[in-house]
Amino acid sequence: MRIVVGQGSCGIAAGASKIYLRLEDILKDQTSVLLEVTGCVGMCFLEPIVDIYDKSGNLKRLVRVKEEDVERIADSLISENLHLLNDLEISDAEDEFLQKQTRISLKNCGIINPESIEDYIEKDGYKALEKALSLDPQEIIEIIKTSGLSGRGGAGFPTWFKWNAARESEGQPKYLICNADEGDPGAFMDRAILEGDPHALLEGMLIAAYSIGARQALIYVRAEYPLAIQRLQNAIKQAEEKGYLGKNILKSDFSCDISIKAGAGAFVCGEETALIESLEGNRGMPRLKPPFPAQSGYWRKPSNINNVETFANVPWIILKGGQAFSDLGTEDSKGTKVFALTGKIERGGLVEIPMGKTLNQVIFDIGGGIREGAEFKGVQMGGPSGGCIPAELGDTIIDYKALNATGAIMGSGGMVVMDQDTCMVSMAKFFLEFTAKESCGKCIHCRIGTKRLLEILERICDGHGKDGDIELLESLSTEIKSGSLCGLGQTAPNPVLSTIKYFRDEYEAHIYEKRCPAGECTALLTYTIDPVKCTGCTLCKRKCPVDAIEGDVRQPHIIDNELCIKCGECYDVCRFDAVIVR
Amino acid sequence: MQCNSSLGDLTLLDNVLEEYKTKPGSLVTVLQEAQELFGCLPPDVIYKISDSLQIPPARVFGVATFYTQFRFSPVGKYLILLCQGTACHVNGSKKIEDAIREELGISDGQTSDDGLFTLTNVACLGCCSLSPVMMINDETYGNLTPDQTKEIIRSLKEVKE
Repeated sequence: MRIVVGQGSCGIAAGASKIYLRLEDILKDQTSVLLEVTGCVGMCFLEPIVDIYDKSGNLKRLVRVKEEDVERIADSLISENLHLLNDLEISDAEDEFLQKQTRISLKNCGIINPESIEDYIEKDGYKALEKALSLDPQEIIEIIKTSGLSGRGGAGFPTWFKWNAARESEGQPKYLICNADEGDPGAFMDRAILEGDPHALLEGMLIAAYSIGARQALIYVRAEYPLAIQRLQNAIKQAEEKGYLGKNILKSDFSCDISIKAGAGAFVCGEETALIESLEGNRGMPRLKPPFPAQSGYWRKPSNINNVETFANVPWIILKGGQAFSDLGTEDSKGTKVFALTGKIERGGLVEIPMGKTLNQVIFDIGGGIREGAEFKGVQMGGPSGGCIPAELGDTIIDYKALNATGAIMGSGGMVVMDQDTCMVSMAKFFLEFTAKESCGKCIHCRIGTKRLLEILERICDGHGKDGDIELLESLSTEIKSGSLCGLGQTAPNPVLSTIKYFRDEYEAHIYEKRCPAGECTALLTYTIDPVKCTGCTLCKRKCPVDAIEGDVRQPHIIDNELCIKCGECYDVCRFDAVIVR
Repeated sequence: MQCNSSLGDLTLLDNVLEEYKTKPGSLVTVLQEAQELFGCLPPDVIYKISDSLQIPPARVFGVATFYTQFRFSPVGKYLILLCQGTACHVNGSKKIEDAIREELGISDGQTSDDGLFTLTNVACLGCCSLSPVMMINDETYGNLTPDQTKEIIRSLKEVKE
């Protein structure tokens, strides 16, 4: 019998490591029960998750496990009375979250032990590398071309084209770089792969390195992912010991080393030339393109950069063939894509689906709809570089072209769901706060333009919006897009433009009526007390930090709006729903 | 609070500098190791790195200030990393920030008067499904409410006493 505890960062945050330690303590003398760890299966809404495999290998998945359940779980394991744990088992509805997915890049996440190379090998690990080494590099590039795989980090550029350009480029040595600087707030699929299936990344990278003729490869990981770095280090060591990495890999002529560099916190370093600058120990400011990294990249040598998820698809494609991958998806977008479904969603987590499904299918069929039965308002696709797609366009298919047509982008796959209580102006302000802070400062339009956009959005949210502000936002946005060197500036205005496009009425309500329809912008709210509902219990009066509430015991109270600082304390404490916020 | 070299013995850095001196492009890594040793990057450390790697101090400082990871003043015993990612924003991270401000009287980048807590806002911790999230030292706390946040901070204060 085997018991496996999911220990990705989010599982650990939900308490999985405490559960593991307790289990370890209780089961230490049990030879019949094997305790193991695994990475994140992507069902974050059910964490902590504990999987039990009985003697015939059948899986019983326990969810939302608490520390106090541990003893009971251990007892049932030892006595082989697994039916005693039925109350903790995942429900059929919850299980659909996983059953409705098609997993390629996440196929091992949450299943194998990421710290064991044997587990990976058992799942056909490193077989693709073996096969690749028997092929000519050009043949591999052809397979990738047939597959239609494109860059999963955001830009969606054809992977084979980049590999081919680096391969044909003159100059030695050549470098292969993995971009694991997953900076889009709201996206965490790369982290799941790094933590849950690090060998898949290494294998994909080795195949790519062989194809382009690189003998040195680097992984640039964000410093905020310490567990990912630790698991990668361990995986590299194991792969070296087994002869999959280093000199004369699998006794061939091909040699390749992989090293890790930790990023230091800069969103712009997700841009490939900025990432190269950072790798060279400089400020991460983008370079002018062309020359492209394929011609002149790391140390001005030919370099190829791909994202984690892109590499993780490669072993599968090599083993199953390019056609199998391109059979999935749409005419324009092939294969699967992982999305990080978060925000006001009932079931949040990682969703890998073939391209071509609709947004509604992801949000409702897989994600279970909006939290607390609220109304679906829109979904932010592609993080701060992306745009907001309104509920009316929920039938848009997930495909590079179709998403671009809405004004959003596929991006790295962040999908933040919003309900009626989310103010779209405030949302745009939030993204601009981020991009204005993260702009590296090289291009004036981006450095100063994002700041000005932010200031205009701030004044709109504060109730000081002026006639003409919407038009000003639009024209400034257009200028920033055309006047910026890299993707950060070119896409930073997208959240503003898309929210204006679909939620212009909200902007107008803020500017002309000084009203926030979603009730989020505090400066625009007015607190009043309903004299019919108020019982005069004096609780709000006592709690008000600025003594803005007047009224005698058992008499309706009144809020002095001159004094009120709109902290919401009275609304929170009132037991009779008498405080009205407008 | 000024970060100064009395925080530690500068010779601690010698091994690191020796290792990376000959490897071009290691400045960010060296700064990370230095911060690990001293908790922050005081001027003496910047000058020593500059000397050893033969990089002008202005450039060392320029690189260090570019990245959010590097700090120039010491942090409290507990470093609160408050996630300001999109999912956390949508699920109320502002209220958590307010709760921390009420409890400790500090906002982003500040350290409490007793030197125990430092608050730093970060872009995304990647635990979006547990939003709002904060990380204190190495422990992550998810699905926070303002009251819970205050309780967590109070319990850490008690540990000290």
